Amino acid sequence: MENWSLVSICVLFGLTARWAVSLNSYSGAGKPPMFGDYEAQRHWQEVTYNLPVHEWYFNTTDNNLNYWGLDYPPLTAYHSLLCAHVAKLINPDWVELHASRGHESYGHKLFMRATVLVADLLIYIPAVVLYSFYLSEGSNKKKVCTVLCILLYPGLILIDYGHFQYNSISLGLALWGVVVLGLGWDVLGSLAFVLSLNYKQMELYHSLPFFCYLLGKCFKQGLAGRGLFLLVKIAVTVLVTFALCWLPFLSDPGQILQVVHRLFPVGRGLFEDKVANTWCSLNVLIKIKTILSTDTQLYFSLTTTLLAILPSSIKLLMKPTLWQFKLALVNSSLAFFLFSFQVHEKSILLPALPVCLLLNDLPLPAIWFLQASTFSMLPLFLKDGLLVPYVVTSLAFLFFSIYLLSAFEHCSEDKLRLGPYRRLLICMPRMDLGRVTKWKFYFSITAMAGLSFMSVSLAPPDQLPDLFPLLVSVFSYLHFLGLLLYFNIVQIAEPPQSVRKNQKKSN
Amino acid sequence: MCYLYVEVQSVLSIPPRLIHRGQASVYDTGCVMATPRADDWSWFPALALGVSFLKCILINAYHSTDFEVHRNWLAITHSLPVSKWYHENTSEWTLDYPPLFAWFEYSLSHVAQHFDKEMLVVQNLIYTSPATILFQRLSVIVTDIVFIYAVKECCRSVREEKGSKDLLGHPFFILAALLLWNFGLLIVDHIHFQYNGFLFGILLLSVARHLQGRHLEGALLFTVLLNLKHIYLYIAPAYGIFLLRSYCFTKDNTDGSVRWSSFSPVRLVALGSIVISVGALSFGPFIAMGQLPQVLSRLFPFKRGLCHAYWAPNVWALYNMVDKALSVLGVRLKLLDVAKLPKASMTGGLVQEFQHSILPSVSPSITLICTLLSIMPAVLSIWCRPRGARGFLRCLVICALGSFMFGWHVHEKAILMAILPFSILAVESREDAGIFLMLTTTGHYSLFPLLFTAAELPIKVLLMLLFTLYSFTSLKKLFRGSLLNPLETTYLLGLVAVEILCEVVYPLSPWQHTLPFVPLLVTSVYCSLGVSYSFIRLYVSLLRQHGTDKHKQL
Repeated sequence: MENWSLVSICVLFGLTARWAVSLNSYSGAGKPPMFGDYEAQRHWQEVTYNLPVHEWYFNTTDNNLNYWGLDYPPLTAYHSLLCAHVAKLINPDWVELHASRGHESYGHKLFMRATVLVADLLIYIPAVVLYSFYLSEGSNKKKVCTVLCILLYPGLILIDYGHFQYNSISLGLALWGVVVLGLGWDVLGSLAFVLSLNYKQMELYHSLPFFCYLLGKCFKQGLAGRGLFLLVKIAVTVLVTFALCWLPFLSDPGQILQVVHRLFPVGRGLFEDKVANTWCSLNVLIKIKTILSTDTQLYFSLTTTLLAILPSSIKLLMKPTLWQFKLALVNSSLAFFLFSFQVHEKSILLPALPVCLLLNDLPLPAIWFLQASTFSMLPLFLKDGLLVPYVVTSLAFLFFSIYLLSAFEHCSEDKLRLGPYRRLLICMPRMDLGRVTKWKFYFSITAMAGLSFMSVSLAPPDQLPDLFPLLVSVFSYLHFLGLLLYFNIVQIAEPPQSVRKNQKKSN
Repeated sequence: MCYLYVEVQSVLSIPPRLIHRGQASVYDTGCVMATPRADDWSWFPALALGVSFLKCILINAYHSTDFEVHRNWLAITHSLPVSKWYHENTSEWTLDYPPLFAWFEYSLSHVAQHFDKEMLVVQNLIYTSPATILFQRLSVIVTDIVFIYAVKECCRSVREEKGSKDLLGHPFFILAALLLWNFGLLIVDHIHFQYNGFLFGILLLSVARHLQGRHLEGALLFTVLLNLKHIYLYIAPAYGIFLLRSYCFTKDNTDGSVRWSSFSPVRLVALGSIVISVGALSFGPFIAMGQLPQVLSRLFPFKRGLCHAYWAPNVWALYNMVDKALSVLGVRLKLLDVAKLPKASMTGGLVQEFQHSILPSVSPSITLICTLLSIMPAVLSIWCRPRGARGFLRCLVICALGSFMFGWHVHEKAILMAILPFSILAVESREDAGIFLMLTTTGHYSLFPLLFTAAELPIKVLLMLLFTLYSFTSLKKLFRGSLLNPLETTYLLGLVAVEILCEVVYPLSPWQHTLPFVPLLVTSVYCSLGVSYSFIRLYVSLLRQHGTDKHKQL
C-alpha cells in the first residue's frame, strides 16, 4: 500500500482514539464552586470576549483573578478569544459575562472537545507526520510505525482530551520548531518556538536547547562572517515575534509587568500537589518547604536546575546536530521538571514530547519513559474519572509501541548505548546489561500495574490518606531520575558517528 | 552476509534503492524486525488486540435501547425459572431470541452478579450503573474471541497466489483486517450494543469449516447459530441445498449435474441427527412444557410493519419512495384528493405500519414470495452446477442480500450478514472485490442513522473513513488496478454529499422542524440504489459463471 494511505490510516486511528477518550469526563465536571481546567478554559473565553485587552490580566470587578484568572501568555488569550467568537455564534450563553460561570452542558462539552481536536489536527498531528517522514531514519514502514506510536502516546491524549487542556498547541508548535530546524530553516524554526513559548510559558523548559542549538550553529559558521548574519536574523525574528505577540500590552510597562507576574507566580511555593519531582520526593524525608524560606527555595531550585542542564547544553553548543538537539531537549526539560520551582504533574508532557522523537532511535528507554510519565499522572486521572481510558490507552500504547518498534529486539548493549555504564561499573560482575535492562523494564511495568490497581481498589490507611499518590509520584520520580542520567550519558558519552560506522561495518 | 541481505530483501521486498540509501542502512535492520514475516502469524494477534483496544475505549460511548434489552434478558434468565422466560413481560423488551441465546444470557448472568447484582433484577428497568455498563460492554468484547478465532480460520482457508509480497499485500492479511476491523460490526456491537460479533463468529467458523471440507462441523455450527438467533434463517436455504447436493450426493455426472445413484443415506441421517438433536436441546424443554406456540409468537412478531422506523435501504424503501412521489405528484396535478389519502406516517420513531396511498400495500406473504423468488435462481444454480464451497458461499451471500432486499421488517443491521461472508470472496477475485467495495461502502453508510447522537458523529465518520480507505487501497493494491468504473465512483462520492447534506446542512435549515424525517429518507433511498445495484451485479456474476461453465462443457 502507498505511504499516504498508511499514514492516513494511522492518523485516522489516532483521531478515533482521541475522540473516544473525549467522550469521557473532564476535570472538575459537576464540581462547583471551582470546577477544573475545563472551566478555566471556558472562563478565559468569557473574559477575553467580554473585557478589553488591558483588563485581561488585571483584577477588576468584572475579572476576579482568584477564579481561574488568566495566567498563560498572550497567545493563549488570543486563542481563547477566537474560540469565544465561535462559541458566541453557536450559543451566546456559553460566554455570557458572569452568567456563564460554571456552565456545563452536552453541547458545550462537544464544542470544547471539538476545539481541542481542531487545534490538534492543525498543529500537532502534521508536525508529527512531517517529523517522522523527514527527520527519522529507516524504511517507510518504520516511519509509519513511528507516526502511529507518537500519536498514541497516552499522556497527551488523556490530558488534552480527558482532563482538558490545549497542550497539543504549545507542544505542536515546539515540534514544528524542531522539524523546521531539522530541515535547516533556522529562522522559521525560531519563529515557531517563540510562538510556542508565547502560548505556554512552560515551554521555557525547551528554550535552552533551542538557544544553544542555534547559537552553536552560528559559532560553527564562524561568528565573524555568515554566523553573525544568521545570529542577527534569528535575533530579529525572535524580537519581532515577541513584540507582535505582546503588541496590545506594550503601550504600558505596568501591563507587561502584570502579565509577567501572572505568568510566574513565585509566591505559590516550591511545589503544590503530589508531583514526581525531586522536591516532592525529598519532602518525604526532609520537610524542605518548612525548613527553607521561599526565596531560598527559589534560588536553591534555580541553582540545581542550572547545574542539571549545564552538561547537555554545553555539549549541544559544541556540537549542534539534530541528534544532540533532541537529546538536549529531553535532558533540559526533564531537568526542569525534576528540579525547578512550582512544577505541575502535567509538565511531564514537556519532556515527553522530545522523548517521543527518540522512539525510533532508542525504543525501549523511550517507551519506558513515556509509560512512566503517563503513570505519574494517575492520581489526576483518577480524580477526573478517567480510569478506563487510562488503562486502555496505556495498554494499547505499550503493546503497539513494543510490537511495531520491536523494542525488545533492540535491547543489546550496543543498541541501548550502555557502553559507558560498563566503563563506570567496572567492578560489577560481567553480565549482559541489555538483558538486565529488559528485566528491569518488566519489573517496573508490573509494579506500575500493581500500584495502579492498589490506588483504585484499596482504601489508604487513615493516618496516611495520600499514601498511594505519594507512592506513585516517588516511584515515577525514580524512573525519571534514572532516565535523566541515562539520556545525559547517551548524549555526552556517545559519539553517534563512530557507533554508526561500527554498525555499518558489522552489517 | 551478502546472502542474508538478499534474503531479507526478498522477504520484505524492499526496493533495493531504499536499502542502499547510504546512512539509512543501519536502521533498516530495525525495519526487518518491525515488519513481521507473513508466515509466522504474529501479526494476527496484533491486529485482533488492536481492535480490541479500540472496542475497550468505546466503553463509555452512547448505547441504544438494545443495551437495556440485553440487560433485561440477563435479569429474566437469571431470576426466573425457565418456564417463565418467554412469558415474562415486565419490560417492553421481551425475550425474542431462540432458547440457546437465552441460555447464553443465563450463563453470562452468573458472571454479571459479580459486577453488580442490581442489574439482574427484572423490575430495575433502564438500569445503567457504571458496573453494568462495564460488564455488558466487556461481555461483548470477550465473546468476540469466537469471532477472532473464526476470522483466523477463514484466513487460513483463503486461496493465495504464489509470489513473495510484503505482509500487507497478502490476501489473508487483507481479509483479516477487513473482517476484524469491520466498521459495521464495530459500531453495531460496540457502540449501538449487540452481540453480533459472537454470532457472526459462529457463522464464519461454519463457513470456514465448509471451505476446509469439514461439512458436518459446519452444519453443526450453523444449527447452533440458528438456535441462537433466528434471523439466520435467511441464509438457511443456501445451507440446506448445499449440504443436500454436495454432501449427501457424493458424485456428479460428467456434465456436473447430480448423479442420483450416488445418494448416501448415512450422510443424510448424520446431518438430520445433528439438526434434530440441537433443535431438541434448544426447543425440547419448551415443547415439553407446551410453550412452543408462545415461544414462536415471540420469535416471529408479524404485527410489526413492512419497514422499520428507519427504512433499511432495500426494495421497499424505493417502493415507498415511488408511492410518496406519486401521491405528491397526484395532489399537485389535482388528480387526487388530499383528504382521501391515508395519513402516511414516515416520521415516527415507533414501529408502525406505513400505508401506501397509490401503490398497493404489501403484505408479509408478498414479501415472502418476493424473497423466495429472489433467491431461487441462486439456490437452483448450486443444485444444478455446484461449484464447491465457494459456490455455496456466493449463494449464501445472495440469500442474505435477497432477503435483505425483499424481507418483511428488515433492519439496516442485517446488511452485515451479506458483507461479512462476502469479504472472503472479495479477496479472491477481482470482480467480487469491485462489488464488495460498492456493497460495503453503501451498506456501512446506511448504518449511520443508528448513531444519531452528536458526540458519536466524529467516531462514526472517522471509523468509516478508516475502514473505507483501507478497503479501497488494500484491494486496489491486491488486484493491481482500479476496481470501480467512473459511474460507481461518482455514486460513492455522492455519499459524502449526502452525509454533509443530512447531518450538517439540513439540521441548520428551517425544514428540520417541519420535515425532520427527510435526511433519513434521503439516506435510505440513496443507499438502496447502491445496494440494489450490488445485488444485481452479484447475480450477474453468478449467472455469468453459470454460463461459462456450460460453455466449457460444450
